[in-house]
Formats: sequence, C-alpha cells, structure tokens
Amino acid sequence: MSHVIEEKLIFEKDHPGRTGASLPACDVPKADPASLLGPLARREAPALLPELSEVDVVRHFTRLSTYNYAVDMGLYPLGSCTMKYNPKINEEVARLEGFARLHPMQPESLTQGALEVMATLQRHLCAVSGMDACTLQPSAGAQGEFTGIQLIRACLEDKGDARRIMLIPDSAHGTNPASAHFAGYEVEEIKSGADGCVDLAALSARMRPDVAGIMLTVPNTLGIFEKNIAEICRLLHANGSLVYVDGANLNALMGITRPGDWGADVMHINLHKTFSTPHGGGGPGAGPVACKAHLEPFLPKPVLVQREGRYAWDHDRPKSIGKVQAFYGNFLILVRALAYIETLGGEGLKRASELAVLNANYLRAQLQPLLKLGFDGPTLHEVVFCDKELPNGVTTLDLAKRLIDYGFHPPTVYFPLIVHGALMIEPTETEPMEELDRFVEAVRAILEEARDRPDLVKSAPHTAYRRRLDEVAAARNPRLTYKP
Amino acid sequence: MRYFPSSDEDVRALLAAAGVKGVADLFASIPSEARLKEPLAVPPAVPEPELRERFVSRSIRNSSASCRPCFLGAGAYDHYTPAAVDQLLLRSEFYTAYTPYQPELAQGTLQAIFEFQTMMADLTGMDVSNASLYDGGSATAEAALMAHRIHKGRRVLVARSLHPAYREVLRTYLRHIGLTVEEIPFGPDGRLDLGALKGRLDAEVCAVLVGQPNFFGVAEDVRAIASALPQERRPLLGVVVSEALSLALLEPPGRQGADIVCGEARSFGLPLGYGGPYLGFMTTRQQHMRQLPGRICGQTVDADGRRGFVLTLTTREQHIRREKATSNICTNEGLCMLAATVYLSLVGRRGLRELAIQNLSKAEYLKAKLGEKGVRPLFAAPTFNEFAVKLSAQGPKASEAAYAADLLGGYDLSRDYPELAGGHLLCATERVSKAACDRMADVLGGLS
Repeated sequence: MSHVIEEKLIFEKDHPGRTGASLPACDVPKADPASLLGPLARREAPALLPELSEVDVVRHFTRLSTYNYAVDMGLYPLGSCTMKYNPKINEEVARLEGFARLHPMQPESLTQGALEVMATLQRHLCAVSGMDACTLQPSAGAQGEFTGIQLIRACLEDKGDARRIMLIPDSAHGTNPASAHFAGYEVEEIKSGADGCVDLAALSARMRPDVAGIMLTVPNTLGIFEKNIAEICRLLHANGSLVYVDGANLNALMGITRPGDWGADVMHINLHKTFSTPHGGGGPGAGPVACKAHLEPFLPKPVLVQREGRYAWDHDRPKSIGKVQAFYGNFLILVRALAYIETLGGEGLKRASELAVLNANYLRAQLQPLLKLGFDGPTLHEVVFCDKELPNGVTTLDLAKRLIDYGFHPPTVYFPLIVHGALMIEPTETEPMEELDRFVEAVRAILEEARDRPDLVKSAPHTAYRRRLDEVAAARNPRLTYKP
Repeated sequence: MRYFPSSDEDVRALLAAAGVKGVADLFASIPSEARLKEPLAVPPAVPEPELRERFVSRSIRNSSASCRPCFLGAGAYDHYTPAAVDQLLLRSEFYTAYTPYQPELAQGTLQAIFEFQTMMADLTGMDVSNASLYDGGSATAEAALMAHRIHKGRRVLVARSLHPAYREVLRTYLRHIGLTVEEIPFGPDGRLDLGALKGRLDAEVCAVLVGQPNFFGVAEDVRAIASALPQERRPLLGVVVSEALSLALLEPPGRQGADIVCGEARSFGLPLGYGGPYLGFMTTRQQHMRQLPGRICGQTVDADGRRGFVLTLTTREQHIRREKATSNICTNEGLCMLAATVYLSLVGRRGLRELAIQNLSKAEYLKAKLGEKGVRPLFAAPTFNEFAVKLSAQGPKASEAAYAADLLGGYDLSRDYPELAGGHLLCATERVSKAACDRMADVLGGLS
C-alpha cells in the first residue's frame, strides 16, 4: 500500500548530537577507565548505537508496531498457540514496583509477598492438572519439556535403570523430540492410527524394557482427545515407564478432566497459552512443570517451602536435577498468570475451556462445507483441515497469505506434519461469534477467488506492509545485521 | 465474565450451529471415567477492583529496590529504565503478537529483531547474533552445546568464577548428553588461573567458558586466555557477560579472541522482577552462524523488491529438524529483546558509555570509602561496577546491618564459595548516591 510510510532502520536515522535519555548527574569523582582498566578498556570504536531524541525513538518503534498484526486487532487463530486475549489488569499488577524492582538475591524475609504469589500459583496449577507438586522455574514450554523429561530420567536413574528410548507420536510438536534428545534420550516415533490417536496395539507391542516413557500432547495437535489415555498410562506403568503430558493444549481441558487423574506422571503448562500471559512477539513465556509426588524429590532447586508460617527457598535438595534458570523462573509472567486465575476462579476456568471448545466446533461446522478435514473424529479446542479441495493449484500457503488481505492472521499451516497441507485453526474462547463468522466468510470468498481468479490468491498478500517475502533468498545469502 | 464475548444467547446459537445439544456434549469424546467429577479446587472469581488491591497488598509485603538503595548485583543490576521503554512495550501490536512466522504481518517485530541483532553483534565485537535466549544461565549452557557441535570434543572447562547459578544450569543441560563439565580455579587476583587452564587443555576440550566481568566483578584478561589456547584442535572460547553494560567500556570480547559471546542483557531496560523474565543473548562469528541456537532474523526482499525481514536459517530449528535441531528452544524472550532495542536506541552510543563510566565511578568511590574504613577488596584485579571485599563478620550479619541502615546490602560469597569466608560482593550502579555509598561504607566499616 503506497500510503504506508516506510520506516528506515534505526541506524539509518542516526543524528549525532541528539539524546534520548536523561542520565543522572554523577555525584562522585569521575573515574578514568583507561587508568583503572588499562588496555581492557580499549573499545576501538564507539558502539554503533544511534543518537536520537526520545521523540525520534518513540516514533520509530510506534511506526514499526503498525506493521504488526496482534490479538488486540482481531482473530489470531494459530492452532496449538492459544492466542487468547491478554487481560489489561494483568499488565498493571505485574508492573507494581514491589514486584518489578524486587532483586532475586534479596533474603526471603524481604520477599514474602512474591513468594506468596508463587506458592498460590503452584497450588492452583496442581489443582488444574491433578498433580501433587510444581516448579515454576522453566522459562517456556520447551524448557518445561526438558525439565519434565529430566525428572523422568532422574527418577529412573534413581531406580538404577535410566533406559534409552522416549516414544513420541508423529503428530507431536518439534520441541518434544528436541527436548527428549537434549535430556539424553533416543526418540522413537510412533505412528498415529486412522483416527488420529495412538495405535494401542502397536504401542502395546513396543512395551519393552528400554522404553523410559512417552510424551503425549492431550488433546493432540489434531484437537483430538487421546481416548485410550488411561489405558496408555497403565501400559506404560506396567512396563516401568513414565508418562509425560505436553500441556500446550490444556485450554481444552480445565475443570473437565485432569492429566493427573489419568495416571500421567508429569506435564508442563504454557502460561502464555492457557493462562493468558502475552506472547510478546515470541516470549517471554513461562513453562511450569507439575508432577506426581514420586517425582517431587527431583524438581529443580531451590524449592519453595513453608517454615513456621513463612515462605522460604529450600536449596538442600540432594536428588534435584539442578537448575534450568538462573533464578526462580519468569516471575513477572507468573504474577500475570495468577491474576488471570484469580480473576476467573475455578468456574471461570472451566467456562473458558467450554467456550474455547464451543468456538472451535462452531468454526469446524461452518468451514466443513468449504474445506476437507484432516481427520474425521470429534475435536476439542482446535480443528485441522487439509489442502485436498483447494482448486487450480492454490496451496495452503496461498490461502493463508490471502487471509491477510481479509484482515486476519492466518492459522498455523503445514502442521501437524501428518495432515497434507494442514491448516490448523484454534479460535479460543475470547472470540465473539461475529468475528468467527467474518473469518468463515473470508475463507468462502477466497475459495471463490481460487476458482475464478487463482492468480490473485497465489500472489497474496496485496494489502499488507510487505508483499510475499523471499525466505529462500534470505537463507541462501544470510544478512543478519545492518552494515553501514 | 468480561473476557468472554459470548452471551447466553450466543452460546445457544453457537451450539445449534455446531449441531450440539449442550456444552457437556462437546466433550463426549472424553471417556467418562477420565472426567473430573467435582468442581475445580480453585477459589471463586475476584472482581477487578479487589484483585488489584490483593496484588498491591502482596507487592508491598516485599521490600524492593524502590524502598532503599540497592547494593546487590550478583547477576542482576539495578539500572534506571527510561519511561519511554515500557510505554512502547505496552503497544498491543507488540505484546499481543505471536512469534513472527508470518513475516508480512510482523515486520515491526522482525525489524526490531534485526536492529537488536545488529546492536548485540556490534557491542560484543561479533558478526552475527540470534534473536534472544531465555537468560544468562541457559545461554551459557547453549554456548557449551554449540561449541560441542562445532568442535566435537566432550570436555567443557568452565571458570569457577563464572556465575554459580549459570554453572548449575550448565551442569543440568549437559548432564545427559555425554559432555563433562570441569571447573578451572581463580587465582589470588580473582582472575582465571591461566596455569591451571593450560594444565587441563587437551584435544577433547571443546569449550572454555569464562565470565566477563566474572562473578566477583573482576574484568578478565580475555586476550591472555585466548592466547593460552592451543592452535591445534583449538577449543571455542565462550565469554559469558552477566552485566551487559560493561560492554560499553570493555574491549569487545569478539576482538579479544572469543568465539562465542553470550549472557544476560537484562541491564538494557528490563526490571529486576525477582529474577525474570530476563534476556539471554548469543553472538558469534559468521563461520559458526549455522550452529547458533534459537531464532534468527535476516534481511530479504518482497515480491516488489522492497527490503523486508524474515526468520531465517530455520533448518537449524526444532520445528524443522526435530531431535536433530541445534536447540529445543521455541518461544524465546521476544518482548525483552524489544525492550533492550528501545533502551539502547534511547541511551545511544555516547549515553551508554557515559552510563558505564558512572557505574565504574560509583563502584570505585565505594571501594575507596570502604578502604578508608579498613574494608579491603578481596581481589586486586580491576573491576567494573561490582567488587568483592573481605569482612570479618558473617554475611547475613552484614546484610542485616545494611537493612537497618535502610540499604539493600551485598551478596554473601561464602554461600557459593566456602573458600571465601567473609567474602562480600557489592555492586554500585548509577542509581546509588554518594550519600548511600558513604552510609554503606560506615555500616560495613563498623562490622570489621
């Protein structure tokens, strides 16, 4: 769109002599770096940083922000990402100075309010997951997975048999195999059955002494509830193996069913999905891990405890897997998540899951006459379509890019890998009916275009700040920094 | 519920259109024995005004750095953040967006990442940077893993003077993939013991990791460490920066022979926040670019030939390579990266240097004042904005005395270093006044 103003790189706006920050006056004698640090202080050139006024900088980043799409602008139906609304009060309470300026190394006597926040959140996450214990240390979902698999490994090693294999369904998110690998396991993929669920007979045949455990996303990335979950847990346990649940899709289950009750041993929870903390353009998130009592001794240290009515950190944890984060976790994200849980209450959390599943099933029903389902079975919070009925060589990617012109963020595309040209749609509970209808109408219109004017769709988007970007060229000749 | 747009009537219409009788039927695919039979054991909903009060009351049960001058560093440094930083972070277009997988709708985030990568590469004296990692701890671990991928050796040597928590994270990450972690001691001046390092080097060492400044605030002689490494099967030198502001003053580690620079950039515009979220970063030389963990943004063109940005080199990543990926990281610290980019743009090249000099000056002033009171530095090597002293009193006693004088006291080194009994780590940033430094010198002088 020609009327959109092009924003240069911040370095190209450099204007020597300007300043954008007001530094305090230095009330002590100025030290001389050269004499104190000698050759160590030798920076050959000043940093490339620009010199700009506060106005310049604010306008630069405000302009950049207008090139983004965001949840606050409309439906953001990325499957398995749970792009729900990010409540504003959460942002406000996370910025209270008593939290924001709290130093992580302060003694516990000065941080009781923060520790209460963490203890309360742990309790609520245990209640939702049906687990006995919880660590808030992992910084995001993948680090939660890594932590959870390490707990499994530590527990098995403690029994003298670490084992070798982690079973992961072919519908799993890529972080699952990567996390299992970095926890020292060989990954063995298990094929999904025709119904999109784990093939029980095949799994049963695979139950041998080298299997440490299984990582299951429930509901899985097709939005399908693993109907044999209790039986799967029994099979694994009978084999001396453990069950890890990837909680990425917990938004379908709150107050309805709990992994701990199925027999799962450990799971992670994405606070930036189910518990409304913002995705921030790629983090920061938080990936707490909840587990059964038998894994509790292995939790990352320190562990939050209560002594004589006061909260304290217990560092004396001989069986702990150690630390995964330098301090205690992404605390200011934890504050937001607790604010969300307390705002909704137990009934509200259940209602959130009900409405999320309702919205997804509504979209499924409305879109089914237009697109072909990847799998036919009943789905919960998300639904996956395939590219079978796209006409004239129009691809999933084309459809996704054309949705941009209709004012939407596209769904997750080409994932899960087991559905050809997958379009994975998760509306969440915070979308109004009319926004869902607008989306359905956009898909309908694009499919008509695909039949009548396929080139229009194949060359989309047309109205965004940029047209389709050349990702192949970017990878072939990487330019990762600005060169003056 | 104000976050749920669907009215009761909407719900009825949605159910009818979905061909479902009632909400309960939506969950028919969940076997009844797996269902939760009782209500969720989470207390009832709290209205917004009461919720706010509840959090205010929790927050004031903490005694934060806003109540008293903070002399605690130890990996988290109390710097002032200009108001404009947070105002920009509060733009919904940034904080309610996802990872920029659809670049045409995320050019704002992507351009900011490109600017961040440029700034970090420049500050560290390196060619390329990723888009962020979780924190200094996991960045240290990722540096070791990266060095192993490049070098193939299985021994990782880490300075004992590197942040103790980072070393713990490193051990957790490396435990099960067949890499060993060995500590190299520090010498009497607080710097890495070069003799001990040389004695431990062999062809199996893939990484040497040192803090700069190290946990004692001491500036390491990175050039000397780099030249101690053998030419044959040279291990990768990873320099871990936990106080990123030091980069404005110290020679960039990339120019001193570092192969990977990583660490914690929280000092650039992020709150102390009781330990998180922080901002892990990593930079390296061009030749190692394809072994970097995490997201990377690259410049390209759109269909009309206009400059644009995309996530690139994605064949390193878990969503493509699964268990063969360079890291399992997916969500990183996007908004923290934005905060740092805005902060560095506001402060600018002269401002950042001036700020660094102020930090050095405050710390040197405090050091001198303590010297007048008979409190001596533990180590002789030069320091930046943090240094260790030797107290005769126990650490907790020093902390209590400081608190009684309305100060947030330093860090008791004996918690992590039994060999440094009485060692006390003090940090002085631009936020502590001369008067506060004087008071701290009086308090600690009175103890020893």
